[in-house]
Amino acid sequence: MNILVFVNHVPDTETKVKVGADGKTIDPAGINYMLSPYDEFAVEEGLKLREKFTGEVTVASLGGDANKETLRKALAMGCNKAVLLKDASVRDSFAVARSLADFAKELSPDIILFGKQSIDYDNGQVGSLVAEILSMPSISVVVKLEINDGAIVAEREIEGGHEVVCSTLPAVVMAQKGLNQPRYPSLKGIMDAKRKVIEERAASFVESKVEVLSMRKPPAKNPGKIVGTDVSAVPELVRLLHEEAKVI
Amino acid sequence: MAKFQGVDYYNTENLLSEDEILVRNTVREFVDDNVLPVIEKHNRAGTFPMHLVKQMAELGLFGATLPAKYGCAELNNVAYGLMMEELERGDSGIRSFASVQSALVMYPIFTFGSEEQKDYWLPKLASGTAIGCFGLTEPDFGSNPGGMITRAEKKDGGFLLNGAKMWITNGTLADVAVVWAKLDGEIFGFLVEKGTKGFSAPEMTGKHSLRASVTSELVFEDCFIPEKNLLPKSEGLKSPLMCLSQARYGIAWGAIGAAMACYDAALQYAKSRVQFDKPIASFQMTQEKLVHMVTEITKAQLLCLQLGRLKDQNKAKFTQISLAKRNNVYHALEIARMAREILGANGILDEYPVMRHSANLESVKTYEGTHEMHTLIIGEDITGIAAFN
Ligand SMILES: Cc1cc2nc3c(=O)[nH]c(=O)nc-3n(C[C@H](O)[C@H](O)[C@H](O)COP(=O)(O)OP(=O)(O)OC[C@H]3O[C@@H](n4cnc5c(N)ncnc54)[C@H](O)[C@@H]3O)c2cc1C
Ligand SMILES: Cc1cc2nc3c(=O)[nH]c(=O)nc-3n(C[C@H](O)[C@H](O)[C@H](O)COP(=O)(O)OP(=O)(O)OC[C@H]3O[C@@H](n4cnc5c(N)ncnc54)[C@H](O)[C@@H]3O)c2cc1C
Repeated sequence: MNILVFVNHVPDTETKVKVGADGKTIDPAGINYMLSPYDEFAVEEGLKLREKFTGEVTVASLGGDANKETLRKALAMGCNKAVLLKDASVRDSFAVARSLADFAKELSPDIILFGKQSIDYDNGQVGSLVAEILSMPSISVVVKLEINDGAIVAEREIEGGHEVVCSTLPAVVMAQKGLNQPRYPSLKGIMDAKRKVIEERAASFVESKVEVLSMRKPPAKNPGKIVGTDVSAVPELVRLLHEEAKVI
Repeated sequence: MAKFQGVDYYNTENLLSEDEILVRNTVREFVDDNVLPVIEKHNRAGTFPMHLVKQMAELGLFGATLPAKYGCAELNNVAYGLMMEELERGDSGIRSFASVQSALVMYPIFTFGSEEQKDYWLPKLASGTAIGCFGLTEPDFGSNPGGMITRAEKKDGGFLLNGAKMWITNGTLADVAVVWAKLDGEIFGFLVEKGTKGFSAPEMTGKHSLRASVTSELVFEDCFIPEKNLLPKSEGLKSPLMCLSQARYGIAWGAIGAAMACYDAALQYAKSRVQFDKPIASFQMTQEKLVHMVTEITKAQLLCLQLGRLKDQNKAKFTQISLAKRNNVYHALEIARMAREILGANGILDEYPVMRHSANLESVKTYEGTHEMHTLIIGEDITGIAAFN
């Protein structure tokens, strides 16, 4: 099976992000980056499919040299090949998807795996857009995946429950937490990955359709106020919630 | 407690390669996910978390610097050190397990063993299907192992082993023991397999330190060791001391991990614990402690990093390893005690890791050459005068 996984390089979930001097990008100083967690489920699923069907897992990422760190981790987990689609521009989801689709077309994979969203900008669009551009079926928020004779049965998470869908390969599948338990890269895998070459090529040029005007942090929360510590404070608390906070 | 984010006051991260960072991050994640949630329970019960052995082997933590043909990862010494640092951030007992398996069992088999011994044991030890231990210390010979009493006597087709070892990490668990004994007055290494007649390895109990690690006696009574189980390239006290140099190197890094865990706990606690209407982190005495901790951690990191680079060029002297082991363990213990103070009464609870690290580091300060013995080793090196006796 020819498996393609797209991964993104995103700020660590524990990082405190600051808005950059231009007011519309984040300041990368002091930020630890990581393989986006949902994409990690996608990589694991790709490796599991290869274990079942044999074949090859190619992992690709669009961005600058820093993304190589994330590609290296995916290689260390066991992916066969890594490709960096080099690009330094600021892109919207469409411009990213278009370039990824251009690359995917060339590779003609049996399946394309994504995380359900990238945890940096949370647009959650790229997988579906790539499917659309390539006219492939698109299955999002997947928590279980079974493939037999080119037919897919997938379980999706929906509000309050699960939905079971079927489709055919080739298809785009977007991973949700619960799909699997990603393996740790083994130390041997890390050393093998070090010896592999990450293929670099320029991402195709695509113009964005959406522009970011500004970015800001949520307003700082005012410190809480302790009205009292026993029952006698309740009337005052109710009055404040009603008159000041206007929530009741 | 918030997830550990590393301690890097001097941007030492910039001195590490991409793969070294990935090794460290992987082991860090492994420790956060698998060691920290169970370690207090095992420490309380005085048991080693055996279920971690398979996972540690799959990650490639055993014999990690040895060649790939034995199933090992072929890490450089800095990556190996970072791995030990993270393991000991979890617990000294977990790091001890990896140290013994790698530096004290796989290393001597690799260095002093025959091809058959290497081919037979190294893949088993790397994959965790066999566990090893290292028997040097005896009840009456600790700092002075050259005086050992355990003896091998030449017999038809092999040797008869008699004597006893004490304080042996993993002894009771081990499938193979690397045992040092005198044959005609000269020290040699022998591989003693579990189940050999006349060999027993009872566990020692009553430890206040390194409780999540198995410590044992090894007893040999007319124990027959076949010729093929002699480590053919071992000879003299130098051989076990070469193993100790490997292990001490890992300990020097490991101590930083324990220190970082304690510093991290103390810093988080000091910022949130309020006394006299202010966080205790706002008091000068608390700040002085925290600053001392981060300073010593930073110095220890730089020491180890340079030592590791030297070791990768085969230029690290055993006296330099002594200096790093001595310094880093000393300050790690000091940091653990300071962290305990900052945590006040909470510091004695096993809800926090500091008392466990503090107790563990008492062993670490003593084993693999006591603090004092390392002082004497370095003292001899710089003055040219041995002060051991
Ligand atoms: C938990 C644990 C695990 C261990 N695991 C192993 C293992 O796997 N394999 C193994 O072989 N050993 C192991 N050891 C043993 C360890 O290496 C010894 O305890 C150590 O070498 C010290 O020996 P000792 O305890 O006999 O102390 P002693 O040698 O009796 O020393 C007692 C004190 O006297 C001091 N002293 C001794 N000689 C001098 C001198 N000339 N000048 C000044 N001071 C001196 C020492 O520094 C120390 O403070 C382990 C120990 C512990 C606690
Ligand atoms: C085993 C045990 C038994 C005990 N038994 C009793 C008992 O029977 N009855 C009882 O009433 N209590 C008892 N205690 C409680 C004990 O007295 C307190 O733990 C002690 O007073 C410290 O308080 P704390 O633990 O809240 O630490 P904290 O007051 O939170 O102090 C934390 C750290 O901050 C430092 N610190 C605090 N304020 C300042 C400052 N202004 N400037 C500089 N540093 C500061 C402290 O020195 C300490 O290092 C017991 C404690 C233990 C561990």
